[in-house]
Amino acid sequence: MPKNLFEKVWDAHSVRELSSGQTQLLIGTHLIHEVTSPQAFGMIRDLGLNVKFPNRTFATVDHIVPTNETVEPYSDPLAQAMIQELRNNSEEFGVTFFDTNTGKQGIVHIVGPEQGITQPGTTIACGDSHTATHGAFGAIAFGIGTSQVRDVLATQTLSLSKLKVRRINVEGELAPGVYAKDVILHIIRLLGVNGGTGFAYEYGGSVFENFTMEERMTVCNMSIEGGARVGYVNPDTITFNYLKGRPYASNGDSWEEQVEVWESFASDPDCSYEDVVNIRAEEVPPTVTWGINPAQAIAIHEHIPSVETSPEDQKESIAEALEYMKFEGNEAIMGKKIDVAFIGSCTNGRLSDLQEVAKYVQGYKVKEGVKALVVPGSQVVSKIAIELGLDKIFKEAGFEWRAAGCSMCLAMNPDKLIGDQLCASSSNRNFKGRQGSPTGRTLLMSPLMVAAAAIEGEVTDARETFGLLTVA
Amino acid sequence: MALEKITSISGKGIYVHGDDIDTDRIIPARFMKCVTFDGLGEYLFHDVRKDPEGNEKEHNLNDPRFSQATLLLSGNNFGCGSSREHAPQAIYRAGFRAVIAEGYAEIFFGNCTGLGIPCIQATKEQISEIASTVEKDPNTEIEISIENSTVSYAGKTISIQIREGAKKNLVAGKWDPIAELLEAGSQIDQVAGKLNYMKS
Ligand code: SF4
Repeated sequence: MPKNLFEKVWDAHSVRELSSGQTQLLIGTHLIHEVTSPQAFGMIRDLGLNVKFPNRTFATVDHIVPTNETVEPYSDPLAQAMIQELRNNSEEFGVTFFDTNTGKQGIVHIVGPEQGITQPGTTIACGDSHTATHGAFGAIAFGIGTSQVRDVLATQTLSLSKLKVRRINVEGELAPGVYAKDVILHIIRLLGVNGGTGFAYEYGGSVFENFTMEERMTVCNMSIEGGARVGYVNPDTITFNYLKGRPYASNGDSWEEQVEVWESFASDPDCSYEDVVNIRAEEVPPTVTWGINPAQAIAIHEHIPSVETSPEDQKESIAEALEYMKFEGNEAIMGKKIDVAFIGSCTNGRLSDLQEVAKYVQGYKVKEGVKALVVPGSQVVSKIAIELGLDKIFKEAGFEWRAAGCSMCLAMNPDKLIGDQLCASSSNRNFKGRQGSPTGRTLLMSPLMVAAAAIEGEVTDARETFGLLTVA
Repeated sequence: MALEKITSISGKGIYVHGDDIDTDRIIPARFMKCVTFDGLGEYLFHDVRKDPEGNEKEHNLNDPRFSQATLLLSGNNFGCGSSREHAPQAIYRAGFRAVIAEGYAEIFFGNCTGLGIPCIQATKEQISEIASTVEKDPNTEIEISIENSTVSYAGKTISIQIREGAKKNLVAGKWDPIAELLEAGSQIDQVAGKLNYMKS
């Protein structure tokens, strides 16, 4: 029987059925970071257990690292204690740790792919909801809680219920100035924040076939924002070419044999899906969120919805969002004055994101009074970007150039919004208080839109700012 | 590791109004700078309860009438967003023993079940009825029967939903899967042995 990738990977990793009817699933690759792992190591220590596959466990530090100081001890003693704890745990249990002095540290979802650890046909787990990012390679990647981190450490398995698979096709060609970020914001807007509950999203169609790996990662990354725990793209030549030569990409076979194994996991042409969603690429606009969840999004030239004209079941959440965001219904989102601009995160902190923005910001200046940050997603990204001179371009344009980490995506380090500041952000969540201030406000958008907002000092259409609109 | 068989739970309820209540709201990230879960209960719903100056807002969570509550009632897509187990840990450590909501985000649901916190699914109408009963009389005793998938309060019993896998695990005292996962022993190595990438 023809199968889709999810079913193939699931079957290859099934250990047995548990008494509840759930599956005990082997997790091939375990990624860990400093926030959700210390308690898990504590638990296995208490139970007298060991890490079952230390060679399949990879750690890095990303959430709490400061991006404006690199010399330890950090000024925040709690941050210092957390990184030290991960160092100790990695050493005690023999886990590979991409520490700050290795040149490989960074956001865990950027490090895995760039080291070649993330591979097609594998299962991956990480104590972080954006683990779906790794699905861009045709892996099945689960975000898990800390007790499950313990389960994977101790047994290399998880107790899981099988997901249904929804195929999402995006066919056609994206207009200039429309990016992978807009594609996923558009999908979430259409299907809702919980539309994907119980589903794995398989992304396909010509847009995904032509996307680079980094663009595929941007989309898979935000699957969770649509309620889908898992999102993936079938592996192809683009995937294999990306992996070739990366430090951990070789499994000991010849390259051809390895590629053959990887290819064999791709969904069969006539496999079945629970359902299929079709989207035209031409209909995807530059998209920006106006509210407090990622589905509260509009096209840049649309107006913010009003309570009066919204469907009955949305009135309440729209009213709540408008109140929190201090916006009025029916207002334009264009022209909203911003205080902070953030380019970074596991959604959009990769080299191609920085390159794309750098291509346009040359010769422009960040508006006075706007704090603009560029935070590369990893030390590898940072190093290459500096070699290419991107840091200079950004600094000349008035952006701060920082060290690698999660930074203002969730503000567990010193990068935080203050009061009710409005932030144009390339990250993935616009929840209340997400960026460190309980009243801080976030607008999610593509990196180029963030840059345009930084330069104009207000929300704007990057295509106009940078002359990307072709005159008809 | 014998675990308690969770067949029924009773207690008083509190209603936390709203859909899509994310885990950042349940426990803001700034309280996660810790290497143990101890003490998280104190920060449950911190920014829902307090304004930026630290003053208590007007909210059920600050209302002494509901201070005895151990059952949390809420809306749809509860626990969405971050996978942080700090959220269910804070809920448990603040004294809550079950959640009754319209629906749950996947990861949160799994995290709760693994800690022995049943996540009960009820309809919007059912929840607003329980909520209004509780608002009128915070002392209303609510009893959740996991085995029978019912909730009883104020003299009536209604049918609710509990996901099959979770229900089995709670009732059998197997909600924490670690013991059963460990039992697989060499079977795990056999499956791993068939996968080339596991050898490197
Ligand atoms: S960049 Fe943001 S979303 Fe990504 S792992 Fe870090 S905190 Fe989480």
